[in-house]
Amino acid sequence: MKYSSQAVAKPYFIAAIGLFIGQILFGVILGLQYVIGDFLFPEIPFNVARMVHTNLLIVWLLFGFMGAAYYLVPEEAERELHSPVLARALFWIFLLAGALTILGYLLVPYARLADMTLNDLLPTMGREFLEQPTITKVGIVVVALGFLYNVGMTVLAGRKTVVNIVLLTGLVGLAVLFLFAFYVPDNLVLDKFYWWWVVHLWVEGVWELILGSILAFVLIKVTGVDREVIEKWLYVIIAMALITGIVGTGHHYYWIGTPEYWQWWGSVFSAMEPIPFLMMAVFAFNMINRRRRDHPNRAALLWAQGTAVMAFLGAGVWGFLHTLAPVNYYTHGTQITAAHGHMAFYGAYVMIVLTVISYAMPILRGQQAADPRAQVVEMWAFWLMTVSMVFITLFLTGAGVLQVWMQRYTENPLPFMVVQEKVAIFYWLRELAGLVFLIGLATYVASFFVKGGERAMGSDIAVDTA
Amino acid sequence: MSEVFTKSMARNIYFGGSVFFVLLFLALTFDTTRATPERDNHAAMTEQVALGKRVWEENDCIGCHTLLGEGAYFAPELGNVYRRFGNSTDAIVAFIKSRPVEGIPGRRSMPQFNLSDEELQAVAAFLKYASEIDAAGWPPNIQG
Repeated sequence: MKYSSQAVAKPYFIAAIGLFIGQILFGVILGLQYVIGDFLFPEIPFNVARMVHTNLLIVWLLFGFMGAAYYLVPEEAERELHSPVLARALFWIFLLAGALTILGYLLVPYARLADMTLNDLLPTMGREFLEQPTITKVGIVVVALGFLYNVGMTVLAGRKTVVNIVLLTGLVGLAVLFLFAFYVPDNLVLDKFYWWWVVHLWVEGVWELILGSILAFVLIKVTGVDREVIEKWLYVIIAMALITGIVGTGHHYYWIGTPEYWQWWGSVFSAMEPIPFLMMAVFAFNMINRRRRDHPNRAALLWAQGTAVMAFLGAGVWGFLHTLAPVNYYTHGTQITAAHGHMAFYGAYVMIVLTVISYAMPILRGQQAADPRAQVVEMWAFWLMTVSMVFITLFLTGAGVLQVWMQRYTENPLPFMVVQEKVAIFYWLRELAGLVFLIGLATYVASFFVKGGERAMGSDIAVDTA
Repeated sequence: MSEVFTKSMARNIYFGGSVFFVLLFLALTFDTTRATPERDNHAAMTEQVALGKRVWEENDCIGCHTLLGEGAYFAPELGNVYRRFGNSTDAIVAFIKSRPVEGIPGRRSMPQFNLSDEELQAVAAFLKYASEIDAAGWPPNIQG
């Protein structure tokens, strides 16, 4: 590690992995509730388990992004982090707030939680992905501000690389757009309209800047390709992401009571949203082919390639599948959406966090790369999780196609629950794939504990110059 | 990428493109804000409907159901439930009220939320209001 303050990233990465485990356990519970409807009922109803599943995902990805920033910003800025103490304090505040919120979901009925946290003062609860009590949301804003101050001061005082500037832009965008989580108008149409300013403009907007900059950083380090080349690519990729993604928000405005011209704006622009992801895949493979060094961390390289491919498939291809208005008319709010959501989040955001952890964690633990045996285990985990996620997506797509056909497209559409029972086989298969994912995750965790003998450092490069 | 295409060109596309499309998006947002009153059924937005929306939120209904296609995919679409239940708020109230506390063995079941009569009426009124939003002909049929 070049700067000692980069070490604050380590607890963030550990917390991220810990919460990831919780997320997947609840995912498996949800998958089972799809086929055994009364599983854990009424103790943990589906909506509660789902809140835990999705909120843990968001929180652990945020831990991952923050850890990534604390790791790479000092290295790019070529100076110590502005305040490691603040970074450590915010870690505990965020972890505690997150844990209390999840416990709140699990221990008391949601309406009680709303009551206990004085939701009536400023009602923000009960919207998808933004279910956190208002007080938690305020906490998130405070943590985000402290974090941005810390990282921003570091960037401003140091070398301003494209990676740092793009990362900082993405993080500022993330924090600013989150403020729309506090705007909950009574008018349902406007509520939905601005809800997407958080959700869509995060995952199909500013998060892509974060994704791109982390990927660029890891590729610079692992391939040794000239920074100028990588930064040029980064600019083009994020340019395309914002050019297509901002107006692409329109693909959520087809059927919520907004003007119908959004069907055109949304279809045309979101149809182009796969372009930045395709470019990202081309970029990653191109850089790896032109690599000037053989970095000993092969696992990190695999994760980087995996991110590029899976983000393109999940966000790009599966997004395109149902983004055109005439198609979306039939697929909107079906298992097709769930299929896309799973592979897109895994491919783009889970994998980029695992990429940076794979690259940085060995260095934070005093090695240039993990022992080759540990890397083999990690790569097994990569394949188990990635392949099972492909199958989860395929099975959900199967369920979704049948659902669309039986419930929406035929002459005599069947009721929702009747259709759900007819497609149950796909949910069983999805659950099996989910269990394989859990095994993959256990393998991943185990890879950190695989002990190797003394190993030679990479011959051509030392850690400090990596 | 070739040498002809330089990093500063890439940067300019990024800055210029972002600013242009942010402005375009804001312009469309402005127009949408102007045009939604024609479709958003705001005439039906009473205090009862607002209370119903709060009841909807504070019981996390979106965690299982979709509303105008957004939410979870575990339980039926509710954007048109008012029509599916024969244009009857009473039917909606009766359904919510009658959910068994212990669920239904082996099957999905909506929890018993123990709502007051006022809350029940309000959430039903909210769902009626939602069903009368002009959602461009969505959902395709009564099954949602």
